[in-house]
Amino acid sequence: MSRSDNLMLANVSRRGLLKGLAGGSALMLAARWDLGLANEKAQFGAGAMPGGWVDNPNVFINIGSDGLVTIVNNRAEMGQGIRTSLVMVAADELGADWDQVRVQQADANQEKYGNQNTDGSRSMRHWYDPMRRAAAAARLMLEQAAADEWDVPVHEVRAEVHKVVHPATGREAGFGELAKAARELDVPGRDALVLKSDSELRFIGKESGLINGELKSAHPKAIDGEDIVSGKAIFGADIDLEDTLYAVVARPPVYGAKVKSVDDSDALKVSGVKKVIRIEGTGQPAAFSPLGGVAVVATNTWAAMEGRRALKIDWDNGPAGDNASYTTEAYRQSLEKAAQSPGKVVRQKGDAEAALKEADQRVSATYYMPHMAQSPMEPPVAVVRIRGGKAEAWAPVQNPRATREGIAGLLEMDLENVTVHQTLLGGGFGRKSKPDFVTEAAHVAKEFEGQPIKLQWSREDDIQHAYFHAVSVDHLEAGLDADGKATSWRHRTLSPSIASLFAPDPKHKGEFELGMGFNTMPFSIPAIRLENPPAPAHVRIGWFRSVYNLPHAWAIQSFAHEMSVAAGKDHRDYVLDLLGSDREVHNLTVGDGWNYGEDPDLYPIDVARMRRVIERATEEAGWGRETGKGRGLGLAFHHSFVSYTAIVFDVEVDDDGELTIHRADIAFDCGPQANPERIRSQIEGACVMGIGIALQSEVTFKDGVAQQDNFDSYLIPRMPDAPEVVRVHLIDNPDDAMGGVGEPGLPPVAPALCNAIHAATGKRIRRLPVGDQLRG
Amino acid sequence: MATEFQLNGQAITVDIDGDTPLLWALRDDLDQTGTKYGCGIGMCGACTVLVNGRATRSCITPVESVANATVTTIEGLDPDGEHPLQKAWVQTQTPQCGYCQSGQIMQAAAMLKDFPDPTDEQINSVMAGNLCRCMAYVRIREAIKLAAREMNGAGADNASVAGGATNE
Repeated sequence: MSRSDNLMLANVSRRGLLKGLAGGSALMLAARWDLGLANEKAQFGAGAMPGGWVDNPNVFINIGSDGLVTIVNNRAEMGQGIRTSLVMVAADELGADWDQVRVQQADANQEKYGNQNTDGSRSMRHWYDPMRRAAAAARLMLEQAAADEWDVPVHEVRAEVHKVVHPATGREAGFGELAKAARELDVPGRDALVLKSDSELRFIGKESGLINGELKSAHPKAIDGEDIVSGKAIFGADIDLEDTLYAVVARPPVYGAKVKSVDDSDALKVSGVKKVIRIEGTGQPAAFSPLGGVAVVATNTWAAMEGRRALKIDWDNGPAGDNASYTTEAYRQSLEKAAQSPGKVVRQKGDAEAALKEADQRVSATYYMPHMAQSPMEPPVAVVRIRGGKAEAWAPVQNPRATREGIAGLLEMDLENVTVHQTLLGGGFGRKSKPDFVTEAAHVAKEFEGQPIKLQWSREDDIQHAYFHAVSVDHLEAGLDADGKATSWRHRTLSPSIASLFAPDPKHKGEFELGMGFNTMPFSIPAIRLENPPAPAHVRIGWFRSVYNLPHAWAIQSFAHEMSVAAGKDHRDYVLDLLGSDREVHNLTVGDGWNYGEDPDLYPIDVARMRRVIERATEEAGWGRETGKGRGLGLAFHHSFVSYTAIVFDVEVDDDGELTIHRADIAFDCGPQANPERIRSQIEGACVMGIGIALQSEVTFKDGVAQQDNFDSYLIPRMPDAPEVVRVHLIDNPDDAMGGVGEPGLPPVAPALCNAIHAATGKRIRRLPVGDQLRG
Repeated sequence: MATEFQLNGQAITVDIDGDTPLLWALRDDLDQTGTKYGCGIGMCGACTVLVNGRATRSCITPVESVANATVTTIEGLDPDGEHPLQKAWVQTQTPQCGYCQSGQIMQAAAMLKDFPDPTDEQINSVMAGNLCRCMAYVRIREAIKLAAREMNGAGADNASVAGGATNE
C-alpha cells in the first residue's frame, strides 16, 4: 500500500480538509489519494514512517461464518489502551456488535501491517484514518455481498449493527452469513468509500467509564480488562513453552566495560544451573545491542538468579573510558559551569544580549533534572527459540521491527526467518523501544538449539541498566521592563543526546530533541536567544515517556513563574501575556525542522489552543481564590506531541514540610478524541507519574555505576502520593488535527507542582527531585 | 525437596528447593502466571497472593514456608473471575497495562476483610505497598470503594448510584 498520504487540493486548505476527524467523505478520501499521490512534497505523518500505513481490510479484518469479527491490532499495547481504542474505531465504522469483536495481535511484519513502532504518541493519530477506511471497505464488501445475494442494487441495502438489511423488502443477513461471499469480492477503491457521519457513530468520541469520579457505562468494555483482572492476560514473562530454560545475565556495571575473567565454578554448583555463557557486548555506542556479560541458564528463574549471585566476575573498565569515572554530582556541577558560557545558537530573534543589559530587572535561574529509569512494572523479558535455521521470539516490545532486525543481525539470518510475536507489555514508557533484551535472549538461545530460553531481567538489572532519561541543566535569563514585561529571553539547555546511542557522541541535542519544547517555546518576546552548549553522554541515554519535553517544560514553566513573581503579577495573567496574541506558529520559523514528524500546515503551534487549556484548567481549579496559609495553586502548560496540556495543582505544605496534594485540574486538547475514556486514563496516570518526577525519582551514578537498584532506593509514586482528586477536562475540539495522548500529559506536571509549592511556601525548587528540600 | 500445599482449592506438591520463593514455584513450576514478578524484595506488591487468607509477597516467601498452608492466587480468587473487586476493576476500567493488577486486587481482597468499608486513608495506607507504574492509583481507590459497597449489600447498580454515577 502507498506510503504517501500527502494532499494538495487547489482552492481547499489542506488543514481545513483534513482536520475534520469524523468529517470523512468521499470527497475527502478521493482528494487525499487520487490527487495526493502526485504530490512531490516532503512526507509527513504516518506516510513518513518506515513501513507507512496500510488500509487493506483483508489485512486487518476477518469475519467468520459464525459472525465473530477479528480485528488485527498492529501497535504495541502497553497500557495506553490501543488494542481497545483502535479496534473500537474499526468496529464502529464496520458496524460490528462489540460483544462479537475479538482482537488479534499482529506479529512483527512491517511490510504487511505498516509501521509498528509504538512510540511518539503516534498510534491513534496515524492509524485512525487507515483503520476507518479498512472498516468502511469491509462494510461495503458486506453490503455488496448482500446486494448480490438478493439481486438488488447495492445502494438499496445498508449495514446496521452486525447485519445488512434491504429496507424495501425487509430482508436481512448477518455479517457471518455474508462473510464468505464478501471475502471473495475485490477490495473497493478508496474513492468508493463513504465513512460514517458523526451521528451514526456508536463508540468513537463517546465518553464511558469513570469520568472524574462518576461512573458511566463501561461500554465498550476494554478488550483486555477481564483477562487482566483474572490473571489470564499474557505478558512477556507469561509465555509458557515446553522445555523452557531460564536465563539471567550479569552485565558490566559501567557502560562499555567488558568481562576480564569469570569464575563460574560456584555458579555451576547451584542446583538447577545448566550452563554459563559469555556474551560479547558490542561496546559503544551500544544502540539496541546487548551490553555483554555472563549469562546463567537454569531450570527455573530462581536457580538462574542464584547461579548469577555465585559468579565471580572481574570486569575490565578499560574499554569504558571515562564512563568509569562518571559521577552525577560532579557532572551536574560541570554542566552548570558550562551553562555560564555561550553555546551553539539554535534560535535567535532580536538582540537578546543587548536587551538583557538594558533591562530594568533581570531574572536568572538554573534548573536541574536528574537521570531516571523508565522502570515499567514488567521488567524486560523475552522468550526466544532457535531451530532449523529459524528464530522465533515472544516479547513485550514497542518496536517489533527493530526486534526482528536485532535477532536477524545477530544470527545472520534473513528477516523472513525471524518471527517476533508481540505479547502485552507490562508498561513501556520508552524502555521497551529498545529490544536489547530480546537480542540478549537470542544470544543464549543459539547455544540451545530447539529449546526455548526465557531471559528475565531482575528489577536491579532494569534500574541499573536502563536507557536512562537524560540528565539536564537549563539556565535561563530574562530581562523585564519597568512594568515587568519581558523584553528578552535567553535559554541555554544542556543534556546528553540520545544520538550518542547510535553514533559517536555528538554532545549536542539533535533536532528532534530541541524540537521537544525548547526552540518551539511559543512566548512572544522581542528578543530571544536559545543556545545548546555541549554535554557528553556517559551512560546509555534513551527515550523516557515525553523525552526532552520533560526538562524543557520543567525549566521554561518554572522560569515563567519566577518572572511573574519578579514582575509582581498574577502567574496566569502573566503567561497569557507572554504567549501574546492568538496565532499559529510554524515550526520552521522557530528553528525547528521536526514538528513531531507532522505537517506544519496541519499542526502549527496554535497559541489560541494553548490559551484555551490554560483558561480551562485555571477556571476549573478556581484560580485566584483565597487558599490560606501553607496552601497554594500552581500552574504550568506545555505543547508536545502536537497536543496541548495545562495543569493546576492545589497543594498544602505543613510546618514540618509535609506536602499534601489536594487536587489536580488538567485541561487537555488533543483535537478529536477517538476514545475519551482511554485519554482520561492516560492523563490521570501522567499526572501521578509527573508527581514522582517532581518529588522522588532519581538515578545517580558514582564511578560509572548506578547507585539505585530497586524500589527501595529508586522511588516512584505510591498510592498515598496520588492527589486526593484528579480532574481531567477534555477540550471539545473536533475541528483540529488529531494529536498525541500517551505523552503530552506528563511534561507540565513537575513545574506545576513546584510552582504550587512556591505559592504555598515561598520556597523555590530548582533541582529535582524535591526529596527533602521542603523539610527544615 | 517436595512441598505440599493447597493452591486455589487443590492439593498440590512441588518438588524444588525449599528456599525457592513461592513466586517462582507458582510461575515456573505450577504454570500459574497471573502472579507477577516486579522487584523480588517485597517492595512492589506485584507478586501478592493470599496465604491462609493473608496478603503475602510471594517473591520473598520461601515455598517451604507455605507447606500445608492454603494459597490463593488471582486465578483462584473467584471461580468465574467475578469477585466484586474484579467486576469493579472492569467497570471503572482501572487497568492500564494491567501487569500490577493481580497483586493490587489480591491486596485489596485481603484489606476488605479487615476494613469492609474502608476510608481513603485506610486504602492509601494498606495499598501503599503495591506499585503501579501506569499510576492508575486514583481509579484503584475508586474501584475498591465500589467493590466495598457491593460487598456490603448495595449491589453493583445501586453502588454506582451511591458513587455519584450517571447512567447511559
